[in-house]
Amino acid sequence: MKIKAAVISVVLGLLFWLGLNTSLENEVLIIGAAVVVLTAVFAVSNPVLKDLKLGPKALAAMIAWLFVFLVELIKSNIDVMFRVISPRVRINPAIVEVKTALKSPAGRMALANSITLTPGTLTVDLVDDKLFIHWIDASSTDVEEATKAIAAKFEKYLEVFLG
Amino acid sequence: MAETILLTAVLISLLSIALILIRFIKGPSILDRVVAFDTAGIIAISLIVLLAHMADRFIYVDVALVYGLLSFIGVLVVARYHERGL
Amino acid sequence: MEMAGAILALIGSVIFLLSALGLLRMPDLYNRIQTGTKATTLGTLVLLIGMSLYHPDWAPKLVILMLFILLTNPVSSHVVARAAHYIHQKMTDRTVADALENDEFIEEEIV
Repeated sequence: MKIKAAVISVVLGLLFWLGLNTSLENEVLIIGAAVVVLTAVFAVSNPVLKDLKLGPKALAAMIAWLFVFLVELIKSNIDVMFRVISPRVRINPAIVEVKTALKSPAGRMALANSITLTPGTLTVDLVDDKLFIHWIDASSTDVEEATKAIAAKFEKYLEVFLG
Repeated sequence: MAETILLTAVLISLLSIALILIRFIKGPSILDRVVAFDTAGIIAISLIVLLAHMADRFIYVDVALVYGLLSFIGVLVVARYHERGL
Repeated sequence: MEMAGAILALIGSVIFLLSALGLLRMPDLYNRIQTGTKATTLGTLVLLIGMSLYHPDWAPKLVILMLFILLTNPVSSHVVARAAHYIHQKMTDRTVADALENDEFIEEEIV
């Protein structure tokens, strides 16, 4: 388990280092590998990435989640822009409660971050399996319906690759 | 032509930073000012990238990265301080 | 290619302008975070994609910058919103419901 998390961190760190340097010289590669392995050794005592599942199915879910997320980002941005430029500010805000089925901390974090990044919904607090969300246009304050409207579309893909 | 459009983009970004400054001065509470600062910081990252293009220096993009990191930590520290002290 | 990059950069800066307007017009802190801080995420993404079309050799570092903004932006808006709710920042009169109000969880969590 820990070895998988370490390998994932090393690969991600190396990609980051190569993007940062944009060169493939020997010294750059050696220094980068040393620093990345050292960071992975320190990071492995608290492996957040251990819940990440690998395999073709998980990879497909990851790409699908990225796609759904980008579409939602653009859609909700256009929606919020129209709210801003309308003559009378059209808002109907509320803080609603949402229940999530995800078990792992990394999965809950990913869900909370995807909800926060789409304008219109903002995660105020996360307590166990309850997310408290400030919703700019609350159509319902019921837990079930709010879960269906806000979290379901991300949860469907996140539970495949992050449990 | 492309240069003119990029110059317009720079001017529009500067105008939005000026509008954000109004909120920064007016903002009734400290946290309103923090939000204004955060937004202005993100716009400043894009402005630094545009400046790197105009000066034609790739190395200025590193400045944008470091600036983003520092303004993020600044926002975290101020918000955390207001929540429960350091 | 250069033209497309410049036009994407222009679209990004227009999104900045709209989010600055949102920051000015919205009545309370939470709605300001919604329309201000988070709308700039898409603006930055579009502008940086435009710049990486303009300079294809800058693309790797600009992609890292985009990932960095995608990761840090939700965290900072979440932290500010949480702090605001903890110190009982006033919400606008048009707020419909507050499920977190009088919730003992938040008091327990903070030691």
